[in-house]
Amino acid sequence: MPTLTRWFIKTSLVCLALALIAGLLLAVQAIFSLTTLGGLFPVYIHLLVFGWLTQLVFGVVFWMFPKYSTEKARGSETLGWWTYILLNVGLLLRVVAEPVQSMNPNPVTGWMLVVSAVIQFFAGLTFVANSWKRVRVK
Amino acid sequence: MPRLSVWFVRASLIYLLAGFTLGALMLAQDGISYYPAIIAVLPVHMEFLLVGWLVQLALGVAFWIFPRFGLGLPHSRGNEKLIWVSFVLLNAGVLIVALELWIAAALLIGRTLEVLAVLVYVLGSWRRVKPHGA
Repeated sequence: MPTLTRWFIKTSLVCLALALIAGLLLAVQAIFSLTTLGGLFPVYIHLLVFGWLTQLVFGVVFWMFPKYSTEKARGSETLGWWTYILLNVGLLLRVVAEPVQSMNPNPVTGWMLVVSAVIQFFAGLTFVANSWKRVRVK
Repeated sequence: MPRLSVWFVRASLIYLLAGFTLGALMLAQDGISYYPAIIAVLPVHMEFLLVGWLVQLALGVAFWIFPRFGLGLPHSRGNEKLIWVSFVLLNAGVLIVALELWIAAALLIGRTLEVLAVLVYVLGSWRRVKPHGA
């Protein structure tokens, strides 16, 4: 398993654990009618579907899809690392800023969300750019 | 990778980008209110990423790697025509669901096509879930 795939998969497992912790907090809030932390639901969903599931898929695709060429079996490894960095920095910004923004909107967390939006989009774009030519008839 | 899997996987990559684009637009709206009505695309964002991206990718990869009925034999991946029908139904379904932003009935029609797509896929793949060589 390539190094980049190991990073994707291990980080995805961390996100899975964090997502379930967020889910637990949501349950505690609901049971005890607490309103201490708003904006937690989208954080929970995105840790689970983006941080865990999509990141896991990205890692496995980088590892298992048909080779791009003999010399560059997995396409551009640099681009792959950029996907990893953009995905996780974008997700982290969101996890930090979204609850704050929902409770106390302010320009700092507001712009953190904008930056998060842009770099998560580029995570997807770099992944597609690197994977597209590996999806071919063999 | 067989041609049909290429179609499934490339279509899933397109939905990934489309879904990420809609998600980014909504998240940016949460940060700086530039167009509050953009939140209306939430169901389409979810549809593109859950069905268009994740489900479609899984179906395409499964068609590629599930055990075959004898390597090199014709129809080694079962009834390929059925899976092509599933591909068309699934993508028509996702696209029609996206029209729910403008036409309410599109949701019901699109979801029906998605159900049919999966039923046809299951029919075409069921026997490939078997031990290797069986």
